[in-house]
Amino acid sequence: MLNPSKRTFGFETRMLHAGHIPDAETGARAVPIYMTSSYVFKDTDQAAQLFDLKQYGNIYTRISNPTTATFEERLASLENGTGAVAVASGMAAQFSVFMTLCQPGDEIVASTDLYGGSITQLTHTFKKLSLDVKFVPPNDMEAWEKAITPKTRALYGEIVGNPGGSILDLESLAALAKKKHIPLIVDNTFATPYLCRPIDWGATIVVHSATKFIGGHGNSLGGAVIESGNFDYSHFPTIAEPSPAYHNLRFYDTFGHYGFLMKLRTETVRDTGACISPMNSFLLIQGLETLSVRMDRHTANALAVAKFLAGHKAISTVHYAGLENHRDHALAKKYLPKGPGAVFAFEIKPSGGDAREAGKKFIESLHVFSHLANVGDARSLVIHPASTTHQQLSDEELKRSGIGPGTVRLSVGLETLEDLLWDLDQALLAI
Amino acid sequence: MGFGSGASCDITLNTALTPEQREIYQNPDLIREILNQSKNIVLIGLSSDPSKASYFVASYLQSEGYHIIPVTPRAGKILGETCYSSLKDVPIPIDLVDVFRPAREVPAIVDEAIAVGAKALWTQLRIIDFEAAERARVAGLKVVMDKCVKMEHGRYQGGLHWAGMNTEIITAKRKLTV
Repeated sequence: MLNPSKRTFGFETRMLHAGHIPDAETGARAVPIYMTSSYVFKDTDQAAQLFDLKQYGNIYTRISNPTTATFEERLASLENGTGAVAVASGMAAQFSVFMTLCQPGDEIVASTDLYGGSITQLTHTFKKLSLDVKFVPPNDMEAWEKAITPKTRALYGEIVGNPGGSILDLESLAALAKKKHIPLIVDNTFATPYLCRPIDWGATIVVHSATKFIGGHGNSLGGAVIESGNFDYSHFPTIAEPSPAYHNLRFYDTFGHYGFLMKLRTETVRDTGACISPMNSFLLIQGLETLSVRMDRHTANALAVAKFLAGHKAISTVHYAGLENHRDHALAKKYLPKGPGAVFAFEIKPSGGDAREAGKKFIESLHVFSHLANVGDARSLVIHPASTTHQQLSDEELKRSGIGPGTVRLSVGLETLEDLLWDLDQALLAI
Repeated sequence: MGFGSGASCDITLNTALTPEQREIYQNPDLIREILNQSKNIVLIGLSSDPSKASYFVASYLQSEGYHIIPVTPRAGKILGETCYSSLKDVPIPIDLVDVFRPAREVPAIVDEAIAVGAKALWTQLRIIDFEAAERARVAGLKVVMDKCVKMEHGRYQGGLHWAGMNTEIITAKRKLTV
């Protein structure tokens, strides 16, 4: 079709153009950084209309910002969502979703295979808010169904479990969520919308730590909530009922498929203040513009590294679903056909000595992999979860999350592949 | 009011219509044309309750420079504009009839819209009646169905983008007006 108004543009085109039209005044091609806290009103009537949500527009950067809006719309476009709200971090993103959907006494059901910080948030911070969580193995559909009660407000899981490498069975979970009339929330951080779009498989809400592969350069924190616009919230108490914080506005009734995101932005994020800096939004936009190119290389390097480790005599197991012998390989092929990301863990098998010591020695012997607490950097990263990211967890929680004393997690970067293999080889020799 | 020329775009999200039906009743070029050429917009079923969707749409259209005309059984004024009980009572030419009533009331509304010579008919989200819409089209009205006037205006005017929503507009062309 030659009519541009009917063209469905491809992923890469949207990575570069969605959410930004060069402005009339300057024509600036790159997305301008609107480093401002607030915005001058046209007149008192407009100010009142804005505060009443009757007009679109910016009031204060805690609620919205033009640079951030480009980041939001671009991410929504890439995830095939109806819209997005960007926030300070991935933790803020998921928390904003829970705060928007839940009220005291409510529950969520979550996968056991989550980032340690998420497990802590759901277990301990939830308790302070009189919320409850039930953890279930990610692909035990019976366990998910049995854990759902009339108080359950959402199902929650990570597309690629951290750090066991499990793959969420999106289609089955979405069918269950639909049957129970509750939203399925998927943390798509490890896949990015280039490798998997959960909304296409029936998820209602997608959350991201944009700090990881979306930004891609380890320089800025950020998070985002994307919503499908396909969930019927008309009987969902927190979204459908009159909001005392907005003159009894009924968000779903008034804003329809934008209702959830409008409530999340203008109530939850407004009130909790977990906003993103416009400078961070700009840097994360830079990341989005090369996302597909980077992810192709990340996944190619990750698969090569995983194969190398799987064949190494000092390694017992490699938890990468891209490998044929991984329990979730078939799910990975279905939901992440380009590859299940570039973050995975493996188990060191020391000849004689203890695994924890071997893990520490291995990490200290690396020259190219950076030892730090992050993933999704262009550089290769390494960490020992039992003593760092997951250290707040009890032994039982660690076991449930599939983390042993010798578990080492990698985030495979974009360096020369031969250098990465050399580095791992020489460090394994040192243990 | 309108926003001059610029990129139109098809929006594929959040509609109950098939691609073939969207081609007819959600044509992006037609939507732009209606929003650019209309001045007098009748809102059928406009509520006087400031928390209702129709009130949000009406106050938005007013602030964007359109003349809104409430058609509702209720007497008096809403947003400073006189209410009329039917389309036939509206004393000025009608550019657009925007429907906030259930689908079962659409056939009668179409009859009146044709009778008074309205230029366009628009039914809000999930208000769908293909038979009535087709009758309006054959009579020469421009017809849009299962869309929100405010959302569509906001899509092209830029406001929807500021709210982080997916406008599906992709263009490298510079905006023409400030």
